[in-house]
Amino acid sequence: MQTAVRVEGLSKQYRLGEMPVGGMLRERITNAARSLRRRVHRLWTAAPAAGPSTRTIWALDDVSFELPVGEVLGVIGGNGAGKSTLLKILSRITPPTRGRARIRGRVGSLLEVGTGFHPDLTGRENIFLNGAILGMTRREIAAKFDEIVAFAEVGAFVDTPVKYYSSGMYVRLAFAVAAHLEPEVLIIDEVLAVGDARFQKKCLGKIDEVARGGRTVLFVSHNMAAVQRLCTRALVLEKGRVVFSGEPRAAVARYLAGDGRPKYVARGRTGEPQVLRAELLDASGRPLARAFTSDPIVVELEYVVPDGYPDTRVGIGILSADGVPIFTSEPSDTGARAPSAPGLHVARVTIGADVLLAGDFLLATCLWNGADVLDWQEPALAFAVDPGTSAVYAEASTRKGFVQVPCRWTFEGAMAGERRP
Amino acid sequence: MTPETAAAPVMTVIEPPGRVSGAAWREVWAFRELLYFLVWRDLKVRYKQTVLGAAWAVIQPLATMVIFSLFFGRLAGMPSDGIPYPIFSYAGLVPWTYFATGIAGGAASLVGSQSLISKVYFPRLLVPLASVVTPIVDAGIALAVLLALMAWYGVVPGPALVLLPGFALLGLVAAAAVSLWLAALNVEYRDVRYVMPFLVQVWLFLTPVAYPTSLVPAAWRWVYGLNPMVTVVEGFRWTLVGTPAPAPAMVAASLVMVAALFWTGLGHFRRTERVFADVI
Repeated sequence: MQTAVRVEGLSKQYRLGEMPVGGMLRERITNAARSLRRRVHRLWTAAPAAGPSTRTIWALDDVSFELPVGEVLGVIGGNGAGKSTLLKILSRITPPTRGRARIRGRVGSLLEVGTGFHPDLTGRENIFLNGAILGMTRREIAAKFDEIVAFAEVGAFVDTPVKYYSSGMYVRLAFAVAAHLEPEVLIIDEVLAVGDARFQKKCLGKIDEVARGGRTVLFVSHNMAAVQRLCTRALVLEKGRVVFSGEPRAAVARYLAGDGRPKYVARGRTGEPQVLRAELLDASGRPLARAFTSDPIVVELEYVVPDGYPDTRVGIGILSADGVPIFTSEPSDTGARAPSAPGLHVARVTIGADVLLAGDFLLATCLWNGADVLDWQEPALAFAVDPGTSAVYAEASTRKGFVQVPCRWTFEGAMAGERRP
Repeated sequence: MTPETAAAPVMTVIEPPGRVSGAAWREVWAFRELLYFLVWRDLKVRYKQTVLGAAWAVIQPLATMVIFSLFFGRLAGMPSDGIPYPIFSYAGLVPWTYFATGIAGGAASLVGSQSLISKVYFPRLLVPLASVVTPIVDAGIALAVLLALMAWYGVVPGPALVLLPGFALLGLVAAAAVSLWLAALNVEYRDVRYVMPFLVQVWLFLTPVAYPTSLVPAAWRWVYGLNPMVTVVEGFRWTLVGTPAPAPAMVAASLVMVAALFWTGLGHFRRTERVFADVI
């Protein structure tokens, strides 16, 4: 079996903190001056040299794997696990700090839907532009043009500037172009989180078709069902390291179980509203190792709202393990008043006992201002629920669905013993 | 999959930055259609939702020419090598406007393509190259207007006209060289954005657009020629409207300068391009 992708000890270090990224010359100069002053100060006081003045983080830490031709590799992991960094390195957008990767064949990568689309250009013009950006020749695009338009279902709007498209049409067109690129190795980041369910299904079908055509696919997804269905193997990343590599079902199980307790990893941006911490607690406020249907589950969120973000609202969502939304909740649902002042806030959301049935779930967190989403984490946490001692399971040991909804039943009609002729 | 790729699969090796590979131009060549599409996009987008459209290509140099003719030509009595002043200044404004537009676009090009650079791989060189190729179209239109003006004033180009493409090429390479430097620097230091208007203005004063090179003492012309636009502008005038030929020492200084700028600019660009996505 030929190897399509061989990755050996791939590592990527990012600098955090003091070093201005894309900053101003002035900042560089002040920083240089500051570090010089520190150095002089150290000489003066003969203090031991401290570590490097800039903090660094290994976004990817010694990742190795091999992918034979024709296989579909799913890459899963929480936020900040290094999935996107891995795909960016393999797409040659950013270089590794250490290690190397060899890829056999033409690489096509789709890290974001609609990259390079120009709002003022028409659908037709954008198909050609986007195709060229993704590495197709004009002849290839022309040959596939009708197929792309048909797949995207934009039909009559093909000569309308895409700025007038609905977001659904925009995404469909963008995916259609990329899907018709025919590389030997296709790299796809979480692009299926967009679009409606029917179109998502169509996209997954297309990826499946690509794989069946003997091409190799690398694919990041939070859609666990898709990973299990499409992938022939999977890689679980945690803090930049490979913690599991192998059969997709086992990988999904490993990812959902995490290292014992589910963990939330903040995105690490600054200056924007964001959820810093998400944790599951029991009714008495202790961290929860295992959730039970029979007990309430408390979701504790710590979030920060900087100045200049008035009316920031918080909400959560519960999703099935394969990413299907089950319900969402926000303070106003029950008439609770969320704090509106800037600062650090802690919110506790109690999901009552006998609501979530046994199974695997994802928690999504959202900060928004009524119009725009400011911070969206899906999944923020993955967790499992066990039946426990719930009365829900008194009659039947398994129940269908995800939640138990209290419904009122009444009966009328035939009394006991009576019988209609 | 095309038969030739099946026969000899491309092998991509991804390694930490280190030595600069020489495959740059091969890659640019492989992506030449993208260059075409980037230029095509810029042209298409530029005049969408504008009333005057491509007329803007002519209005800018023409309006400048009228102002120059009025203040420098008429009121200040600026010499113009025996050519009607409007023709004299417009012949200089055609290459100058191209150069100024090219370097301004080039400097902003990478930062303006931020979303592309952080999400798609393609030879980064194409971005600044596209922004110095795009204004060629405007320059062509402005040149056609110059020919019309020459016909109006009865100015006929001499045999030197055959050398015009050479000076045009020098202008293109000069714009590309400066753009390579500025575009890459702008990724790291956004200060470039604030320097640009000033740089373009000062450069205009250092270029014989409103005044003739004959005002510069002959002994200093080669120093003057270190500004490559001096040779480009003088070359345009010489080949088109028949002003005296630029001095060989001046031309040589310009050629050396452009070669040096281009070589170092390309080197700097190639050394820094791999981390663009991380710092942009």
